[in-house]
Amino acid sequence: MNNLVILPLLIPLLAGIFLVIFRQNILLQRWFSIVAIFSTGVVAAYLLQMVADDGIQTLAIGGWEAPFGIVLVIDMFSGLLILTTSIVSFGCILFAFNSIGLEREQFYFYPFMLFLITGVNGSFLTGDLFNLFVCFEVMLISSYVLISLGGTKVQLRESIKYVLINIMSSTMFLLGIAYLYAITGTLNMAHLSVRIAEVGQQGLLTTVAILFLVVFSLKAALFLYFWLPGSYAAPPTAIGAIFGALLTKVGIYALFRMFTLVFYHQPEITHLLLGVMAALTMLLGGIGAVSQWDIRKIIAYNVIIAVGFIVSGLAVFTSTAVAGGIYYLIHDMIVKALLFLLGGTIIGIAGTSKLKEMSGLIRNHPLLGWMFFITVLALAGIPPLSGFIGKVLVIKGTMEAEFYWLAVIGLLSSLMVLYSVMKIFVNGFWGETYLSKEQEKGTTSGLLFPCILLTMVSIGFGLGVEGITFYIDQAANGLMNPDIYIKAVLKSP
Amino acid sequence: METLMALLIGVLFTVGVFLLLSKNFLKIILGTSILAHGTHLLIITMGGLKKGMPPIVRGENVSYTDPLPQALILTAIVINFAVTAFFLVLAYRSYQELGTDNIDKLRGIADE
Repeated sequence: MNNLVILPLLIPLLAGIFLVIFRQNILLQRWFSIVAIFSTGVVAAYLLQMVADDGIQTLAIGGWEAPFGIVLVIDMFSGLLILTTSIVSFGCILFAFNSIGLEREQFYFYPFMLFLITGVNGSFLTGDLFNLFVCFEVMLISSYVLISLGGTKVQLRESIKYVLINIMSSTMFLLGIAYLYAITGTLNMAHLSVRIAEVGQQGLLTTVAILFLVVFSLKAALFLYFWLPGSYAAPPTAIGAIFGALLTKVGIYALFRMFTLVFYHQPEITHLLLGVMAALTMLLGGIGAVSQWDIRKIIAYNVIIAVGFIVSGLAVFTSTAVAGGIYYLIHDMIVKALLFLLGGTIIGIAGTSKLKEMSGLIRNHPLLGWMFFITVLALAGIPPLSGFIGKVLVIKGTMEAEFYWLAVIGLLSSLMVLYSVMKIFVNGFWGETYLSKEQEKGTTSGLLFPCILLTMVSIGFGLGVEGITFYIDQAANGLMNPDIYIKAVLKSP
Repeated sequence: METLMALLIGVLFTVGVFLLLSKNFLKIILGTSILAHGTHLLIITMGGLKKGMPPIVRGENVSYTDPLPQALILTAIVINFAVTAFFLVLAYRSYQELGTDNIDKLRGIADE
């Protein structure tokens, strides 16, 4: 029992509720939300250290013990993700200060941002399947509002699709929960794992596992990604960035959790299916990214490729590959947010998102240009930067487990990522300078600071990888040995 | 009883999916509602339809129906209610802004 566990969920929720009252006071909205996110990050870091020292921390809400009440569980994996969420959302909210515009700020932008983070943190924390559904909905309803906030035509059109797809996947999530409850009679994840281990994962349970696979793939844009490029390209930059960094990652987290804790008895079916879907995601997402000439679309397709790559680490299901997947997941959350923010800044300056209509931005914006260049290299996984170690471990794991086709596609996808993002750099920054400083459509004032912040985090993650190896190994170890989690939650000896 | 419910839920899902695939906003929203009904009925069926008292405690020697699925449904209903309300307003707003309620006609609108 540790009451601190609920704070990453409680702080943004209460801050959001508080800010709903003061709609007109923009200054209060800004600073209160940034302080709330910062303190969430501090609590997350403190909890992370606590998990490293004393093992998994749990909180049985209301004092009802594990299978009967809802438990919040923070293990190393979820702790790392909560800390990363805080860092990323800190950057995005800082970016929103100068970019989102007064109209949106007055219509509850910051409260909804905080509710979104509540949902994300809740999904990472919860140890109960139905509670996971509820946290998903908290996150999704906030994201519906954020995607349509402002009400431009593109946003309206894309939000209709986005809402519809998510209603469908939530319906299927409920179906999965109903079937699982009928088979096992419990909804606590640790207890589910025990019950399923007792009866063995029969055909029926594998079918339910595949239903969950479909549900979380829809949320995470794993192969079922058709809704993503349009939706993520529509909202303003700060919102797109937090979507690209967090929403699909919650789906990935759910996949990791379900397929390492609950449905791990028939990897030759479920994990092979995950592998095939991951491979197709990387290939199709890569083709999509390479074929686009619109900055927003290229970045959105890059989100899809990364999802495929992370899940291929899970599909291989060895401790090396899973550790690689976790490294890459954390790296990708930071770098995707950064990429969206930088892309948004470029679009702001050039006044268009079409690559063929811009050129030579490096002359007036060297800092932005080289920061984008570093991000591109980190994204592709060039050695000293943050994407490298994750890629190496995932590829090494796939090779060791003799999934050669998956390794080849993984490496190929890196090339496609590099090509597609380098295309933005080459077309946007090099060449003849069309726009003089006066002719530019927007400024970078105040926008570069959050980008610098996230770049520093990304570089620090790459260079200081030795320092966090201990944490990541513990997270991977926890995922590969579900007994640790079950013991901590059910208090069994 | 479970078989009958399964058939009913199957019909609801068929109708819901058919409506989802139509071109009209309102039909799509009706489809999501019908799907949600099907899901909620499925949860209560999957919890078991054995005979028992309503889950309100009234002394010993009585058997009750399973209270957990009922709580799950109650939660799912309000969530679905909120999402449907939002979706309806979204459809209304986009009808005003975009001037059509046909999904196919949404392609290539002006401000892209």
